[in-house]
Amino acid sequence: MSNMRSLTFDAIIIGGGGSGMRAALELAKSGKKTAVLTKVFPTRSHTVSAQGGITCAIASSDPDDDWRWHMYDTVKGGDYITDQEAAEYMCSEGPKAVFELEHMGLPFSRFDNGRIYQRPFGGQSKDFGKGGQAARTCAAADRTGHALLHTLYQNNLKNNTTFLNEWYAVDLVKNANGDVVGCIAMDIETGELVHVKSKATVLATGGSGRIYSSTTNALINTGDGIGMALRAGIPMQDMEMWQFHPTGIYGAGVLVTEGCRGEGGYLVNKDGERFMERYAPNAKDLAGRDVVARSMVLEILEGRGCGENGDHVYLKLDHLGEEVLGKRLPGIVELAKTFAHVDPAKEPIPVVPTCHYMMGGVATNVHGQAIAQDGDGNDQIVNGLYAVGEAACVSVHGANRLGGNSLLDLVVFGRAAGMFIEQALNEGVDYLEASEDDIDTAMRRVNRWNESEGGESVPELKRALQEIMQSDFGVFREEDNMQKGVQQLAELRERIANAYLPDKSNAFNTARVEALELDNLMEVAEATAIAALERKESRGAHSRYDYPDRDDANWLKHSMYFPLEKRLGQRDVNFAPKTVDMFEPKVRTY
Amino acid sequence: MSMLQVSLYRYNPETDSAPYMEEFQIDTQDRDIMVLDVLHMAKEQDSGLAFRRSCREGVCGSDGMNMNGKNGLACITPLSEVVKKGKLTLRPLPGLPVIRDLVVDMSLFYKQYERIQPYLQNDNPEPAIERLQSPEDRDKLDGLYECILCACCSTSCPSFWWNPDKFVGPAGLLQAYRFLADSRDEATQERLAELEDPFSVFRCRGIMNCVAVCPKGLNPTRAIGKIREMLLANAT
Amino acid sequence: MVTNITNLGRSGLSDWLLQRASAIVLALYSLFLVGYLLFSPGLDYAAWSGLFAQTWMRIFSLLAFVSLAAHAWVGLWTVTTDYIKPTGIRVAAQSIIILAIFVFLVWGIQVLWGA
Repeated sequence: MSNMRSLTFDAIIIGGGGSGMRAALELAKSGKKTAVLTKVFPTRSHTVSAQGGITCAIASSDPDDDWRWHMYDTVKGGDYITDQEAAEYMCSEGPKAVFELEHMGLPFSRFDNGRIYQRPFGGQSKDFGKGGQAARTCAAADRTGHALLHTLYQNNLKNNTTFLNEWYAVDLVKNANGDVVGCIAMDIETGELVHVKSKATVLATGGSGRIYSSTTNALINTGDGIGMALRAGIPMQDMEMWQFHPTGIYGAGVLVTEGCRGEGGYLVNKDGERFMERYAPNAKDLAGRDVVARSMVLEILEGRGCGENGDHVYLKLDHLGEEVLGKRLPGIVELAKTFAHVDPAKEPIPVVPTCHYMMGGVATNVHGQAIAQDGDGNDQIVNGLYAVGEAACVSVHGANRLGGNSLLDLVVFGRAAGMFIEQALNEGVDYLEASEDDIDTAMRRVNRWNESEGGESVPELKRALQEIMQSDFGVFREEDNMQKGVQQLAELRERIANAYLPDKSNAFNTARVEALELDNLMEVAEATAIAALERKESRGAHSRYDYPDRDDANWLKHSMYFPLEKRLGQRDVNFAPKTVDMFEPKVRTY
Repeated sequence: MSMLQVSLYRYNPETDSAPYMEEFQIDTQDRDIMVLDVLHMAKEQDSGLAFRRSCREGVCGSDGMNMNGKNGLACITPLSEVVKKGKLTLRPLPGLPVIRDLVVDMSLFYKQYERIQPYLQNDNPEPAIERLQSPEDRDKLDGLYECILCACCSTSCPSFWWNPDKFVGPAGLLQAYRFLADSRDEATQERLAELEDPFSVFRCRGIMNCVAVCPKGLNPTRAIGKIREMLLANAT
Repeated sequence: MVTNITNLGRSGLSDWLLQRASAIVLALYSLFLVGYLLFSPGLDYAAWSGLFAQTWMRIFSLLAFVSLAAHAWVGLWTVTTDYIKPTGIRVAAQSIIILAIFVFLVWGIQVLWGA
């Protein structure tokens, strides 16, 4: 394909959500030739759906708050496979990043003294778990993600960032040395394929909740960055760790923020009992999300679920009063009316644990550099490739992310990657150019779809994939089902390899985009399934009936999924923060 | 079994010389689903059907379209709200060039948004913490910052249809006022100077189509009135 | 920034203000005339021309004529810029309109003060 147009940038950022735009902002300010390549207009990215807030020890609600307490919560919340150096970096740099957002104009809600409003969220404590519930989540009503994403887009406009809007990254381009030197991308509007060359390629492609049939995630969350990296042979870390958010609206899957419980709402079963008091006597409804989600499933399985089929529970908010709901949770009131047909000021909202967040992703250091392993299992930087946000596994969330930590992750590590790339470019990087063969390799799958002449349809296969993941890799997991699931996924991979794209037109062909997304869903699903099957313990969000206990002797480790051999290895967790003593793994109770 | 008759605006620039309406029969199983669900069902019948969608919960602003004559978001519009006599007609947002089917070229809309300098401007040295803002001052931003840039308002506004290159339109003006109203912003004079020509703000005739269609319940007409008040106070 | 040279006040704000101020004058003038006609049942030429012979009525009428001219120019300028996209035709239309307004205004003044 030598007649293909090429574009050259110092840095290309794939994904226009919070982390991508935060990285882009840093690079745009530095004057580096940067572009954000995004398959949707930036403010349509999934960050926009974040509701409750951004957790950070800015010492507003409590002047004595300390980032070390936040770090402790984060490490404990992640069930001790959180990398402590990364958590230290995020929690200590966090305030700077949050104040920057405020200076950029983010319309945070306020306390009477004019400081940023903070609300309690799950898993938050003072004084290393000994001082009771903290209120550490900075909020713009219940539209924090929307406010954050728009603020970042606005400031990128201010700094003249180049946007390739409605462009779809198809695959990474690697040179003969295995360095990532750009990607093949498609301008969706015209269908033109373009070779985008860059010295730094940043995956900011977000999560992949759409591998499950029931998810809070946007329809665009198809794990495009993960899929591209896996096809390029790059291993994935902790892919078995999927967070199920306790409060997805029953039936619709739409998210209801943890902030509801932070503001005083609570869950009840069919008897009207506030059941979390039994499972987490101290934190109650504000225990870790994995704990609350499991408790809800147990209530349902033990026959105390609500509704005709007893398959959900209720989130009670009516006691908060219309004023608090209108002021602090206006978006939730709207969503509940639209998708659950209830007015939360009068009736409880039916909720059920719903796939929400991918803790795993491309292993990176705090600078966003992608990490693979050499033959001896030592960390090895992948030249030219970076990952930030949900697509990355830095790993600050370990086995279970705390509410409000995702937005902080986006801005802290987006910013960090931007700063590091600027420095690296200043020092000079020089990679071998990609050859025609390298480019052809990256073109292979889009060519496959374009040449397909028959076979199964994309929506049909996507549904099949989602059903496998939903039934065999949900909140509770178990060997036999997972074996079966892995087997079915292997068969599905064959079917997808022979699937059919009927519409070969060029102008805004969304069918082609969805076909390409299906390949990525497949990669993510298989990585998840194999990692879940192989991690023979229960930790954080990964909960097995057959291995109900945490096994620190064998599994106080990250998992590393190697796509070429479909093998699960391990990687050491970082227990070496730079300025504080490390937190020893302890039994995790709330 | 009741079939919903859906009439869809179709246009593929590669194969069609002109746009046309195509009829689809959709089996809704009598459920009150969202218009977006109907579109997904239609796309299973014809994978070539093009429309934008992302969050499917009314916060990303991707799927603004014209449903039985009224602009709105497909993902939060239940059939019971729009379907008349068992029939649903879906067209792209009016007034913008169509790229394909329900997908419009929003460049002009975004250009007007960019023109109002939609970012906080404050050249004072940044404090070590956040800039303080009283809850009362923060309340002034409510009803403004929530805009999702879906373009439902601007594309239902005749003034924007006639002068999309010169009239900022309701969405852009709502954001212009969002920054004028922000106690932290210091570019009030510059912002007002950019808006006092006969088109940018003053092409608004106050017919309030924007208010009638805003899926987030915002009120651009009121914001435009506030801008006019500020311009007047500033110049007299 | 959008620039224009053919609108009346060179600024949207002054046009807008002028449009509203002139509307008030026209409303008052219309109300006065309607009221005068209603409350003068046996109106004849002498009374009618007597009314317009008074200086205050002439000033009031002149104010109304000038307001009408301004109001018409601002309004019709808006209409031409909304609906007439080819520049040549638009400028021609605007020229005809402005000429007509000018003629009507001078004619009105002549009728009013010329007698």
